[in-house]
Amino acid sequence: MNVSLILIILLVGAFATYLAGDKLASKVALFFGLAALGCSIVLLNHFNLGENISYISQWITLPKVSFALKADGLSIAMLLLTTALTSIIIFSSFGNDYKNSKAFYALILFMSFAMVGTFLASDGLLYYIFWELSLIPIYFIALIWGNGDAEERKKAVVKFFIYTLAGSLFMLIAFVYLYQKAGSFLIEDLYKLNLTVAEQKWIFTAFFLAYAIKIPLIPFHTWQANVYQKAPTVGTMLLSGIMLKMGLYSVIRWQLPLTPLAAKDYMFIFIGIGIAGVIYGSIVALRQRDLKKLLAYSSLAHVGLIAAGTYTLTLDGFRGAVLQMIAHGFVVVGLFFAAEIIFRRYETRIITEMGGIRSQSPKFTSMFLILVLASVALPTTFNFIGEFTVLYSLSQINIWFAILGGTTIILGAYYMLKMFQHVMLGETNSKLFADVTFSEGLTMVLIIGVLFFFGMYPKPINDLITPSLVEILKVINRV
Amino acid sequence: MTTLIAIIGLGVLCLIFEIFDFRKAIIPITIIGLLAILGLTVSEFNSPASYYNNMLIVNRFSVSFSSLFIVLTLFLVALSHNFYENHQSKLSDYVAIKIFLLSGAVAMVTFGNLAMFFLGIEVLSISLYVLAASSRMNIKSNEAGMKYFLMGSFASGIILFGICLIYGAMGSFDIVEISEMSQSAELPIWFPIGIVLVTIGMLFKIAAVPFHFWAPDVYEGSPTLTTALMSTLAKVVAIATLYKLLTALHADVNYSFQIVVVVISIASMTVGNIMALRQTNVKRMLAFSGISHAGFMLMTLLSLSTSAGSLLYYTTAYSLAGIAAFSVIIYVCKNRDNEDIVNFHGLGKTNPLLAAILTASLLSMAGIPIFAGFFAKLVLFSQTIQAGYLVVVIFAVINSIISVGYYFKLILAMYTKEPNEERKGKPFLIYAVALIAIVLNIVLGMFPSLVLDLLA
Repeated sequence: MNVSLILIILLVGAFATYLAGDKLASKVALFFGLAALGCSIVLLNHFNLGENISYISQWITLPKVSFALKADGLSIAMLLLTTALTSIIIFSSFGNDYKNSKAFYALILFMSFAMVGTFLASDGLLYYIFWELSLIPIYFIALIWGNGDAEERKKAVVKFFIYTLAGSLFMLIAFVYLYQKAGSFLIEDLYKLNLTVAEQKWIFTAFFLAYAIKIPLIPFHTWQANVYQKAPTVGTMLLSGIMLKMGLYSVIRWQLPLTPLAAKDYMFIFIGIGIAGVIYGSIVALRQRDLKKLLAYSSLAHVGLIAAGTYTLTLDGFRGAVLQMIAHGFVVVGLFFAAEIIFRRYETRIITEMGGIRSQSPKFTSMFLILVLASVALPTTFNFIGEFTVLYSLSQINIWFAILGGTTIILGAYYMLKMFQHVMLGETNSKLFADVTFSEGLTMVLIIGVLFFFGMYPKPINDLITPSLVEILKVINRV
Repeated sequence: MTTLIAIIGLGVLCLIFEIFDFRKAIIPITIIGLLAILGLTVSEFNSPASYYNNMLIVNRFSVSFSSLFIVLTLFLVALSHNFYENHQSKLSDYVAIKIFLLSGAVAMVTFGNLAMFFLGIEVLSISLYVLAASSRMNIKSNEAGMKYFLMGSFASGIILFGICLIYGAMGSFDIVEISEMSQSAELPIWFPIGIVLVTIGMLFKIAAVPFHFWAPDVYEGSPTLTTALMSTLAKVVAIATLYKLLTALHADVNYSFQIVVVVISIASMTVGNIMALRQTNVKRMLAFSGISHAGFMLMTLLSLSTSAGSLLYYTTAYSLAGIAAFSVIIYVCKNRDNEDIVNFHGLGKTNPLLAAILTASLLSMAGIPIFAGFFAKLVLFSQTIQAGYLVVVIFAVINSIISVGYYFKLILAMYTKEPNEERKGKPFLIYAVALIAIVLNIVLGMFPSLVLDLLA
């Protein structure tokens, strides 16, 4: 099966959605989202049968750029995450009315197209193009359909755009430099380069700027909370659920194998930055009054830990990071969706204005509680496996990293449960909280189902990603 | 060669139409004529030749750039229909001047003799002076024409002086002879001085820092269509000619010359971008953005022997985006007394198609992937790194980031502000030009080899 089919489905889907008109747009978008999900499951089957899934054709002769896609276990895991979450996100927005919804849903599919491309591309420049392309739809989604004061939103979104663009342009210089050395942008050719330590340090830094801004790691995180708060919930889900995984995925796929010596030299610094993010994010989350901002900072803490896991350069670190990437993707989408459900009823995101939901809607309360517990890595949830593996790999490097990184669980439990208490328990709010609708409930149940299923039986994903991570580690340890 | 004669013939035809009062037919006939000339030019692509004792040399470089100029003129003539609606009686003059301007442009990239080169510059410049001042009743337009004329004729004088010195050193105007002699070891001091003077004159036409002071005022004051012409066609002609001239004179072997190019290139990008950030008038903003793009284009002068293809690609990408942007500006600012950003408020709601086109062209200028502007910058960066000027590339990247700031100011105004008034009418030609230009831009973005390989 041709791997580019999935890209074509999403791109055609984006145009079809736009042409379908405002009324049908959401359904058409969901149809193409599910088609892409189906396609990636077929791809998974082909992969499990041992087929080599790749596609390559010449694109530009000079400079030599190929349209090269290649799916290994890691890519397919990210592909499944992207297509599954895209469908869930589109489905979750059925309860909202958006102006000009044809453009809105078309942009979601287009963004999904760009992100899938990023995860599949095996040519440096093609990868870069998809990486940049994913920025344009989210920019417009956040700008046009976002909430809050227009002027403030404009500032936040433009800052986000310029930050990420600035970071990735440095990555572009690094790619051009590598191209001059290797004469090709293909990842296999780039892996074969023997760069001096000094060169590697520059290239590592250039890549790091791009990824640290996208993930985001401190001190490059300042765009995050404002954009998460101002963007419409769909945009926030896309950003936190999938887009920031592009950065983490790229660290494993591109940055570390291309510059292993620099990565080893700098290891302690970057694990430190990741862990600093964990502590900083957790402490700032404690003080948030806005539910979406609180979730944004908790997300900052979690990805800090994932990044620290990748920079350990061990198999456990990689595996834990990838598992946690997937788990975090689902849980954060679920939590933002819960915030949206509350917003649909209360028209507020301020935590102190909520309360007493439990007595009115016990179903929603229990689902929310499960998501909260999953996010603080309670055993039997998927997040526990990811977070535990990462902490284990950190303890192999230095026990203190694991101890400091472990604060994510303690502090996380503190601020999440405190938030839960304010939002769900307490006195009955004067405003009425209508029970969750069927489609809202279905979305939540799907997400919770995934988290529990892989929490108890992570083997399929583990088997899928481990061989490709071993391959990448081989490249890293080649010198 | 035949191209040049055909273009002049077409210009004369325009004037004759005026006499017989066929004004309505002028624009359709000119468009058809230009399409025919385009075909004629392209057919010469694989048959290099020289005419009139090497006065004109037709080669791949000249043919591909001439074709670009003809396409741009085609767009500009098509826009004229709507733009000069209220000046029907002078339509033939305006169109004919554009056609003669094109003949000057073609002469400038086809020259084989410095005399022809100067002739081309003068034909182009004089047409531009007239067009800049063509809105007779508007004081700003008069000011722009006057300013441009004074500064431009000064630059022409410097170029002429430079040509004289080169002649004094070499005893010939013939570019091939000069090129051969310039490789000898002992060159009179006049020769490099001559090159410097000619380069200064051309940098003025390109509007590179520090010879850029005329550009914002002239761009703002001139009628919008003339501004479109200056910022796309005239700029591209000037940089292509400078490239051709310096290649022939082997200027790049000189280390101090390279340093000068590096400094001017960085200065143009930075000054242009930083000044553009503060502008509220869209034409002024694009003038400064054009200055910074001139800085990017000058980077090609650092690797003269290999960068013809990337120069062609960059200029094509830039001018197509420019044409698309200016057609939207012409539509939006019609019958307004200024081109302030306020006029663009809410365009995304009142006219989503044109807003999308303007957005796309600005994204292309900012260098966002899939638009041609991205590959133009990529190829340029790649070549400059290969030539060993990593510093210039880092400055160029920082400038690309800065430029996003002001391009997005316009995009934000279109999508986040409330519209102030509805615009009536959907002029077909403006829509067609804007759409074709941006589609061409995107197609070139998806298949860069189409243009990049022409001069490889």
